[in-house]
Parts: sequence; C-alpha cells; structure tokens
Amino acid sequence: MVGRPKCERPVVNMLEIDNLNVWFGKHRDRVDAVKGASFTVGQGESFGLVGESGSGKSTILRAITGLAPLWSGGMIVDGQPLDHRRKRAFFKTVQMVFQDPYASLHPRHSVDQVLGETLHLHGFSDIDARVVKLLDDVGLGQKFRFRYPHQLSGGQRQRVAIARALAPEPHLLLLDEPTSALDVSVQAEILNLLVDLRASRGLTYLMVSHDLSVVGHMCDRLAVMKDGEIVEVLAVDALRAMKASHPYSKHLLEASL
Amino acid sequence: MAETQTLRQWLLTDTPSSRRHAKLSAIYQGWLSFRSNTMAMIGLWILILLVLVAFAAPLIAPHDPFVQSLGNRLAPLGTEGHVLGTDSLGRDILSRLIYGARITLYIVALVALIAPVAGLLVGTVAGYVGGWTDTVLMRITDIFLAFPRLVLALAFVAALGAGIENAVLAISLTAWPPYARIARAETLTIRSSDYISAIKLQGAGPLRIITKHIWPLCISSLIVRVTLDMAGIILAAAGLGFLGLGAQPPSPEWGAMISEGRRFILDHWWVATMPGLAIFTVSLAFNLLGDGLRDVLDPKAGE
Repeated sequence: MVGRPKCERPVVNMLEIDNLNVWFGKHRDRVDAVKGASFTVGQGESFGLVGESGSGKSTILRAITGLAPLWSGGMIVDGQPLDHRRKRAFFKTVQMVFQDPYASLHPRHSVDQVLGETLHLHGFSDIDARVVKLLDDVGLGQKFRFRYPHQLSGGQRQRVAIARALAPEPHLLLLDEPTSALDVSVQAEILNLLVDLRASRGLTYLMVSHDLSVVGHMCDRLAVMKDGEIVEVLAVDALRAMKASHPYSKHLLEASL
Repeated sequence: MAETQTLRQWLLTDTPSSRRHAKLSAIYQGWLSFRSNTMAMIGLWILILLVLVAFAAPLIAPHDPFVQSLGNRLAPLGTEGHVLGTDSLGRDILSRLIYGARITLYIVALVALIAPVAGLLVGTVAGYVGGWTDTVLMRITDIFLAFPRLVLALAFVAALGAGIENAVLAISLTAWPPYARIARAETLTIRSSDYISAIKLQGAGPLRIITKHIWPLCISSLIVRVTLDMAGIILAAAGLGFLGLGAQPPSPEWGAMISEGRRFILDHWWVATMPGLAIFTVSLAFNLLGDGLRDVLDPKAGE
C-alpha cells in the first residue's frame, strides 16, 4: 500500500484483507487477477473499490464470498479468519448485490419464491411476515410480491436483489457496481435506498464501482486499483480535495471531472 | 359475458395477488400465445383425438380387432361393414387401427417418461459437478450416441426377448443420450450465471441448485425436444414391430400391421398404407405440437 493517508478509522474491523492473491486457471493458463491486495474495512464503514474494468475489483468480492476459489493470503470477516470453504453461518454475515439485475434473478422464480427460498435456507420460520417486511424496506409494495422478473423494471429488479441480500440480516454487504446497469434517474434512487438502509440497519458496505462520483456519494474511504494491485487508499475528503498522491489516482480523478 | 371478461382480466393482471394467481396467470398467457399458433393447435387437436380414440376404443371400433374371417380376407376400401378394408386374415383394419392407438400411446408415454428423465439427470449432474464426473458421464453418453440406434435396440431386444415392453426399454436406452447432451449444454450456460451465484451465497447445496434452479430451465427445452422426437420414437417402435421384434402378432401395433401388409403391397396396397397413414398423421401432429411448444416454453424467446 502506497501513501495511506491518516484518517479516522473505527476501532473494530468488519473485514481485513491481508496480502490477498486471486488467480484463475492452472499452470500456464494462470491469470493473476488480484496481486497482494491489503486493506481493512471498519465496522459500520462504507469502503469503495475503484478502478477500470479488469483491474480486479469484482474479483476481490468474489474471493470473499467464495465464488473465486483460487486465492491465497488472509481474509478475516467479523473476527473470523476465512478458509477455502464457506459455511452457511458465513452467509448470514456477508451478502452480495450483483451488478446486473437482469442476470441475478432466476427468470422462472417470482419475487415471493426468491425471497421465500432465501429465508427458508437461513432457517427463518415467519417467512410470510418477513417477505412483506423486506419488500416494504426496499420500497417495493405488496403488489410486487407475486410478480416474475420479466414483469419488473431494472430498478425494481435491483430492489428485489437488495431485499434478497438483506433477508439473512447480514452485517457486511458487498455491492458489485449495483447501479451501473441502470438508468441515471434510477441509479440515484437505488443509491439513496442503499444509504438509507445502511443508516437504519448499521450495515458495513464494501462497494465496487468505476464511477468516482458514486463512490464519493456513498463511501467514507476508497482504494484505487490498477492491474490487480491496490495503488492507493485514501479518504473521500481527500478525493473531494483532489489530493491523490499516486499518479494513477490523479489521472483517474482528472478523467472523472 | 361480463363474468368471463373479468375472469380474463383477472388472469391477465400485472399484479397477481397470490402464489396461485401468479401461476395461473403465467399458464394462461402461455396458452394464449400457444393458441395463436394455428399449426400447433392442429397438432394438439389430432393428439387429443388420438387419446379419445384410444380410451373409447371398445365403444367406437366397429369390429373385434382379433376376430378373423378368412372368407372375407383382403377386402378393399369401402367394403360394406369394413370402411378401410380387411387384412390377410380378414380382420377389420379400422378396428385394428383404433386399438393400435392404445399401443402407440403406451409406447410414447413410457419412452417419454424414461428417456428425458434419464437424460436430464445425467446431463445436469455432469454439467453442474464438472471435472471427473462430467468426463465419465459424457464419455458413456458418447458411446451410446456412437452406436447405431436401431442396431443397439435390436441387440437389446434380441437379448431380452421380443415384446412391447422390451421394445420400449430398447428405444429409451437409445433415446436418452441426446437429452443428456442438451441438458448438459444448458446447465453449463446456467451454472455460471449470477442467479446461481446468488443462491450459492444463500448457502444452497448442489442438490437444491440442480433440482430447483437448473431443472426448471432445462425442462422446457427438453419438452420441446421430446415432442419433436416423438415422431422418431413412434417410427422406431414401428420399425421394431416391422422387423418382428416389437409387438407380437396378433397385437394390432401399427408397425407390425405394415409388416404384415408388406407381402400384399402390390395387389392390396391399403393393407400396409392405412397403418402407414396413421403413423404419419400422429408423427406430424407431434412435430407441429413441438414447434408450438418451443415458442411458448423457450425462456430465451423474449418475454
């Protein structure tokens, strides 16, 4: 990590990533997607990962959730070190919202089935009441409960995906460019919803984005990634004041103006 | 009229009020799009007719299909009391066709139950689990695919003895590999999708993912493929019957009937032609139905 600025950090860490390497393929086909990434996210903090496409931002999220099985290094979530198998209890702590709401909902499952199955898998018994509450929480009414994904707009689908991620009552929410597939007007709605949910539920966010203004709106601190490496971690205030120290971060800042 | 109008509106609503309502509404919309396909409706009607005929065979058949009358053998079309003529033993061809519909349905139903289910199981497990399991299961599939179908069925029937059940088993044995291939290909595209990742993140195990998330998406393309293959299955059963390895005489199986009529085909063409026309009609009906179902069931064909 280069030039980490001093900034206020909560005492308890929700997520600690230490020298994480993630790769795909074996032997000669091996592609290193993330190289020696280290950062920490405090409890209740909102942390952003920015960088261009292919810089390994999403891969870090997939490694945390176990969807990218080939990794080395240390990952500690809520005080628990992770090994290569994820237990069901892990998914009660960590949940993820995917980038494309058109791809992240099963085309043949209604909203009720999606949320009901999630609640069932996490062992809740009062499923009906919880489905109703979840739909209200994400700003979808009762009338959406029995609809299928093709009867919903992109923004509505992403609300369903957020409701699904909230169903197990997680502490850490991983957001993989949650608004990049949506219209600009809908983007603002979803971002505001996420801000409200974080405030009301005390969530910790790890958010991936290529949009600096989104990260500036949502996050307290951010890490800039390039070619699988974290080049700089800086506070959002420093971002706003254009005080990036690494040349690539400066370049990114200037490009986003 | 007002009531039917509200029922229609209830079914076409954009905001279903219950689980059952949403299901019924989805089914009704599928039915509407199926109904607009005239050819598929023709196929459906032919098959409904076939089922009715098979069920009501004792009521509508003019004669007993097994009663011989050697004095009246090889009567031509339009003979008094024998609209489609009689065969070499003087049995009424129309009655035999009507009873034969039962056998055809029996074969079709059994094969449709065995082959696609076996293929779905093998294909989705191979596709989802991957690795060694995939290699082993798919090489077995390849071996079955590489075998000439009728030869394998012949060998199987020859080993187990001729008869309609063994013919069905033999046909199923040769029919499942293509379904396994389709199911595996579908599974490979589905398993890396975000909604499968999402359900994995809820802690779902492979069994739940395969049965509840992958099967519903594979089944529609399999159903279409099965209806399109039905014609081939009927023909294979007829072929086995024709070769004397399927249904045994005096059973009125359509293929066996053609086989019997073959000896007289030059002078008494209707004996072989009538069962041939029946096979043709039912095969065509299944093909038309399959085309229509593809439009309705294919999840990728737009919303």
